[in-house]
Amino acid sequence: MIFANVDREGYTPDIECYLRHGGYEDLRKATTMEPDAIVNDVKASGLRGRGGAGFPCGVKWGFIRRGGPKPTYLICNADESEPGTFKDRYIIHQDPHQLIEGMVISSFALDVHLAYIYIRGEFPEGARILERAIAEAKEKGFLGKNILGTGFDLEIYVHRGAGAYICGEETGLIESLEGKRAYPRIKPPYFPAVLGLYQCPTIVNNVETLCHVKHIVQMGGAEYAKLGRPNNTGTRILCVSGDVQRPGYFEVEVGSLTMGEVINDLCGGLKPGRKLKAIIPGGSSAKVLRADERYKVKEKAEDGSMVDKEIGIEEIRMDFDTLAAVGSMAGSGGVIVMDDTRDMVWTLNNLNEFYAHESCGQCTPCREGSLWMRKITDRILAGGGTEQDPDTLKSVADNIAGKTICAFGEACSWPTQSFVIKFREEFASRSTKPLPLPTPPEFLADRLSEEPTKALTTGSHH
Amino acid sequence: MQIPTDLLARIDEAISHYPVSKQSASLPLLHLWQEHFGFISDEAIEWIAAKLELEPIKVLGLVTFYPMFRRKAPGKHHIRVCRTLSCAMAGSYALKEKLSKAAGIEAEGHGHGAGGGCGGHGDPVTVSEDGKYSIEFVECLASCGTGPVCMVNDDFYEAVSDEEVTQILSKYQ
Amino acid sequence: MSTQTATPEAPPPVQMLNVQVDGVWMQFPKGTRLIEACSQANKFVPRYCYHPKLSSPGNCRMCLVEMGMPRMTPDRQPELGPDGRPLINWIPRPQISCAQDVAEGMAVRTDSPMVQEARKGVMEFLLINHPLDCPICDQAGECRLQEFSVEYGNAKSRFLDHKVKKPKNVVLGPRVTLDDERCILCSRCVRFMKEVAHDDVLGFTERGSHNTLSCYPGKQLDSNYSLNTVDICPVGALTSTDFRFKMRVWFLQETKSFCTSCATGCNTTISARQGVVYRQTPRENNDVNEVWMCDHGRLNFHYLHSPERLTAGPIVKVLAQDEDEPTWSSAIAKAASALKTYRGEQIALIASGRNTNEELYLLSRLARTLGCTQYDIIPHIDLGDEILLSEDRNPNTAGARLLGLTGETPGANLKGIAEGVRSGKIRALLVFGEDATQAGLSEADLKKLDLLIVANLLPDATTKVADFIFPSAGFAEKRGSMINKKGRLQRLNRAIEPPGHARDDWEIVRDLILACGGGNGVHSIEDVFRQMAADTPALAGLSLSKIGDLGVPLQLS
Repeated sequence: MIFANVDREGYTPDIECYLRHGGYEDLRKATTMEPDAIVNDVKASGLRGRGGAGFPCGVKWGFIRRGGPKPTYLICNADESEPGTFKDRYIIHQDPHQLIEGMVISSFALDVHLAYIYIRGEFPEGARILERAIAEAKEKGFLGKNILGTGFDLEIYVHRGAGAYICGEETGLIESLEGKRAYPRIKPPYFPAVLGLYQCPTIVNNVETLCHVKHIVQMGGAEYAKLGRPNNTGTRILCVSGDVQRPGYFEVEVGSLTMGEVINDLCGGLKPGRKLKAIIPGGSSAKVLRADERYKVKEKAEDGSMVDKEIGIEEIRMDFDTLAAVGSMAGSGGVIVMDDTRDMVWTLNNLNEFYAHESCGQCTPCREGSLWMRKITDRILAGGGTEQDPDTLKSVADNIAGKTICAFGEACSWPTQSFVIKFREEFASRSTKPLPLPTPPEFLADRLSEEPTKALTTGSHH
Repeated sequence: MQIPTDLLARIDEAISHYPVSKQSASLPLLHLWQEHFGFISDEAIEWIAAKLELEPIKVLGLVTFYPMFRRKAPGKHHIRVCRTLSCAMAGSYALKEKLSKAAGIEAEGHGHGAGGGCGGHGDPVTVSEDGKYSIEFVECLASCGTGPVCMVNDDFYEAVSDEEVTQILSKYQ
Repeated sequence: MSTQTATPEAPPPVQMLNVQVDGVWMQFPKGTRLIEACSQANKFVPRYCYHPKLSSPGNCRMCLVEMGMPRMTPDRQPELGPDGRPLINWIPRPQISCAQDVAEGMAVRTDSPMVQEARKGVMEFLLINHPLDCPICDQAGECRLQEFSVEYGNAKSRFLDHKVKKPKNVVLGPRVTLDDERCILCSRCVRFMKEVAHDDVLGFTERGSHNTLSCYPGKQLDSNYSLNTVDICPVGALTSTDFRFKMRVWFLQETKSFCTSCATGCNTTISARQGVVYRQTPRENNDVNEVWMCDHGRLNFHYLHSPERLTAGPIVKVLAQDEDEPTWSSAIAKAASALKTYRGEQIALIASGRNTNEELYLLSRLARTLGCTQYDIIPHIDLGDEILLSEDRNPNTAGARLLGLTGETPGANLKGIAEGVRSGKIRALLVFGEDATQAGLSEADLKKLDLLIVANLLPDATTKVADFIFPSAGFAEKRGSMINKKGRLQRLNRAIEPPGHARDDWEIVRDLILACGGGNGVHSIEDVFRQMAADTPALAGLSLSKIGDLGVPLQLS
């Protein structure tokens, strides 16, 4: 559905091609509808946000009151940066008008007259393609003044980010769009739907989410809701990377496949002779799942009752609720597969470096904790792991999660929490040095790393 | 400093996209400036601050917050290699080394800038002696299924193999 | 005009909300911040970034508490427990208390295990990259990081790695020095400069753990309000260049006073030790200065300790050859007998808008005793601002007006006095706390006088040619009251003794009055105030002690 035209033979991103394939027909339909009817369709569709949090889109839209004293803004979050996720790039590059149409329909429904596409800075080509698409749409009367003769006006501008992951967080994105350092805002009181861009009501939706709106208008909300599974409706794009034969992106009905089917059927299985070790199922922030673990889920039996079931990793169904039930999340749909050649300390350190680099530094736990976790895994990798390090790592992560302004706190602590718990033996075997005496920390890290075998303690400390 | 008229026109056009607040045009103006002049000088900060009626510290705050903005001149061609997990698993650390070697850039420790654990974000870019190429590690470029990936200027390269390194660089003279 | 509109409307009653704090239901007015409500309930919640006079960014995460709201029935009514109070649904993760107002039925736990854990975590995070250089840190003794570490932190450090390196000894401006490694990035200073000082020169550069407080290179934190950033900095990052390394704060004795550098009268705390004032800091008074003051006023105390200070006792220029060094009583007797040889119209008095009410009251009595009718104060006008600094640099113009030493236009009589001196009509001049050469008189003019009596702190052009010099006391060395530009009566308290033989001004004037034969003596400054209040309707019923620490508004016509 969303990816219908992606990688399609002969399909080009220009408006003529889009129109030949039925483009902007759903906008025509939408403009004949009552705006509230569109909002109700989105509610009925059960569409959940495709950015990572899975928040019901209709509920978000429901916060907006048409005709309020302040204008309402729509922002498309195209700051795709969650490691493991690579879907928006293809929509933007290959089918930009699908997104524009989704945005015009959404704006019509929400009484928005000024919308921005916040696209990550590393997509310069994507920004140019979107700007061209906007110009084409304006020329054809799908955008600008008096759209399709309805009297509805809308301007869309492309706004480029500049390499900061935190701009994917919607209030950080809003700050960035206001020309500031992307420090996420406290909620309450700054819920975007109430006090968003320029302190006005603002809806921030992911690229994929806005594209779905077009299809919801086309099918009707109730019909759309039949796709997928209850509370996990529609299709979603899974992005698979890592140790599989054929990594790639796949649009599937939510929950229609299990993890095993994704890996084996869609991606051609693991590389020859390798064994599955771990999977990060929903972007790098999602908690890692261990391959040899058994997971407890509730499943609907034939008589409709819920029964407890124990399943293996390959049986996990790829939907919002099941992935939450096994202790991780569907997140942004980015599946990273790791086979038995992977070193879990190295893997976690790679992620820790990412999060330490991307923490905006506004609030204390994340600013200090993300770098601390990175320093610990750096040191363990360099051979300087101490006995206390796995516990310290876990507790540092615990002290971040749930205590920060935005969800980055969870995003940066979940990998550490889950890797250290699930692969405890791997961390413990590399963290064997006795705890050194209290020494000024300026000197310790180097000594620990440089003297891999010699115990550093003396006297009565041990 | 002479600002070319066409750049000025693009700057004014960019500002017009933000009817509510000129400050919103900060990032667009920094991009336009960097695309034209290669990096964000002190003069750039002061000029943009004056243009948008901001204190220059606020613009400096942006330049040092957003990793894409550079305070020093890069090489004639700037290479970005993705460092994050999927690409790293696919060999991006080796790719960065090969690209550096082929571009005549002296190798430097992995990660963002020198100094390992205690360095800042300050200056992660290394430039070749002849000034032709510069390279930096960047975080996820959102093409995890086709790692390792890199960008040269605005061009994007996926699943870059060892053999392709010299071939890619030869396009940028 | 109808009578109805003439009657001021009663303010609408403030809605009171029921809030449970650590298990006890209490009432707070609507609009109370949760963190303030907890304080009012004697449950202090530690905080770094929160400041009641600034916006709340919620960034330090120190004020995390456990919070809950009433459990609701399907028809949106709170479910009540056996005690008739709402049952609480506790939010499973801690919430900041600095950015939320209380709400009906809200419940908060300020010391539960969840809260203790959260605080311990935040304290540890704040300390891992903070230099542990407390022994040489100026903030030691008044550092929130130290205080909350003791109360909420861990004694042991688990941090084994390199601390982040940042700039040290950064000269942010002419009066403020920054240590970025000590900065905990709470952003109070940045917000103060933007929201209160309206000079948005501070900001953060870099990102994440490398975030660095900075001015733009080449720009300075040189606002006249810059030192307030030092006051509100909860740690030792921003320090006063004037005060740093001068004195450990725990040795300082604090005295409540107010600033006498302009007519605003910002309330202050004077910190002194062994006769030396080390610093002046603003003290909260929401009717005057909130919690701020300007740098100009704050630093305007060093003259008290000037090596030039007149401390040696009264000086009498014309002494007979065999006469002893004058004592205070002999000098005053001599001055009085000299004064008594002139008729009232031959005497003029220049008082000061920096004199206290008590001094001015006694001066007016002295003038009456001498029959002197030519007097005024010298106006001091300079650039003011919209924040606190008044154009009127005299702290007590309103008092001088109330007590009749000057009129609607201060200094209006000075021209006449100067002409009188030049023409020889005026033969004797008394100058209190001023330099007469700032009143339109030249040194040569002053030399024409038969008798020039001056009381002041420092030598100047007037003392140079004076016949009698009475060394007097500075604002930190005496008690008394003044009235600020808004008509608020405020009280000076003595922080240190006057140096050497310098004396309290009111005593000098009292002794002069007595020596000139004018009425009964007063023995204490309280007596002076009592007499003054009896003679002055606007002060009726007041006493020095009734002024209190925050002053009282007067009804001035």
